[in-house]
Amino acid sequence: MRRMLSGVALLAVLASAACGDSGDSAPAAGPSGSAAGGELIVMAAASLTESFDKIKTDFEEQNPGLEVTISYGGSSGLAQQITSGAPADVFAAASPATMKTVVDAGDAQGDPVVFVKNQLVIATAKGNPEGVRTLADLKNPELKVALCAEQVPCGSAAQKAIEAAGVDVEPVTLEQDVKAALSKVKLGEVDAALVYRTDAKAASADVDGVEFPESAGAINDYPIVALKNAPNPSAAASFVAFVRSEPALKILTDAGFQQP
Amino acid sequence: MNRRRAPLALLIPAALGLAFLILPLAGLLIRAPWTTLPERLTEPGILAALRLSLLTASLATLVCLVLGVPLAWVLARLEFPGRRLVRALVTVPLVLPPVVGGVALLLVFGRRGLVGGWLDQTFGVSLPFTTTGVVVAEAFVAMPFLVIAVEGALRGADVRFEEAAATLGASRWTTFRRVTLPLIAPGVAAGAVLCWARALGEFGATITFAGNFPGRTQTMPLAVYLALEQDVDAAIVLSLILLVVSVGILAALRDKWVAP
Repeated sequence: MRRMLSGVALLAVLASAACGDSGDSAPAAGPSGSAAGGELIVMAAASLTESFDKIKTDFEEQNPGLEVTISYGGSSGLAQQITSGAPADVFAAASPATMKTVVDAGDAQGDPVVFVKNQLVIATAKGNPEGVRTLADLKNPELKVALCAEQVPCGSAAQKAIEAAGVDVEPVTLEQDVKAALSKVKLGEVDAALVYRTDAKAASADVDGVEFPESAGAINDYPIVALKNAPNPSAAASFVAFVRSEPALKILTDAGFQQP
Repeated sequence: MNRRRAPLALLIPAALGLAFLILPLAGLLIRAPWTTLPERLTEPGILAALRLSLLTASLATLVCLVLGVPLAWVLARLEFPGRRLVRALVTVPLVLPPVVGGVALLLVFGRRGLVGGWLDQTFGVSLPFTTTGVVVAEAFVAMPFLVIAVEGALRGADVRFEEAAATLGASRWTTFRRVTLPLIAPGVAAGAVLCWARALGEFGATITFAGNFPGRTQTMPLAVYLALEQDVDAAIVLSLILLVVSVGILAALRDKWVAP
């Protein structure tokens, strides 16, 4: 029995060690370095992938010896990993609501700041074969429309925009994240989807992004914050400052984000 | 019942294995919001998802039985060139990441797919985003379980009974119906139970191929995943319901048919 208990204890240790490790083998909190050395772990919303990869390269150039590891995922999943004690230095979320869970859990160092905004567009197949011009065009029962589920940021934004327009859109599916909604358009399974402008831009080889005025009523704020239990607090602070600097903002606006 | 003491070399890993499998379940039970459980159970979305899950998993199992048992018979009883390759191909859905399985199904049965395009143009039928699509996705990932179980039972069955039936003038079909099938019934039942359980838990292929729409394609695993985006407690409750229902049904079936 005692052996079994010690086995259970071992498993508990293993489980807590594995908890929140999102598979990119981020080592547990090591010795913290200065801003100019060691390792920095950033958790960032999936929609930031393309721009943060570029920002990471520039930031590493400025801080030789510092290695930046970024874990991308759905904001709510990342927030959950952070509140379960995953070792991370910085959190960049796709919505204030997901950021709030981290702040409420007491895991944030100071107040989050909004560093960019993102807006919805209607993604259609390349060349817009169905001639979608406005949100009202999506009412057409012949059209198959994908939206994000309301539980995820792009879904709540879509809901807001649709309500603002007073249009009754009947989607065929409520996707679990914005990239999945976009894939359905790319594969030709749906005729249109409401996605972020940045996602449509990143996929411009396969899809067209149709701007519509009501999206202004559903703009999504992206907050960023350094984390309280950051293994590398000085690097965390300088990374947050760098993301808000001119060169990083240029990378972000080129990707289709708007300045706050 | 063997009265001799079991060797520790087996008992310790066995206890560890059991702890490893049961602890996560215990974790769910400990974290479950028991106080708010009753009101959560009556949410309309939950019952719709549960009903859809039970219905589609049962239909998928039926499809697997109709197609899988003959396939297992062919693999076990017929000599033909390339049999080993066919047997390997049958197990592909087991190793294919479910999301990839969903994409593969789209490429065949989707609106632009090889078969789906023809279905759409000829009959105006499209599978994605329908309950039928959910059944297709579940059957695709669950069928190998049934085929492997039934084929194993067939290989283990004594062929002399079948030979005796043949010498008494029974046709191959009669032999299969009256001799083989009763002989392997426990194996078929075990395979069907495994197949049903796998279909019930199916997530990746379903959300990719059939999408997510409450009441139509949103099965329990999809509801759990989306609940997790907002409210961990709700996700735990949903998981518990699914666990209780499936374990209950499986236990009832096991005692009835698959009793050792």
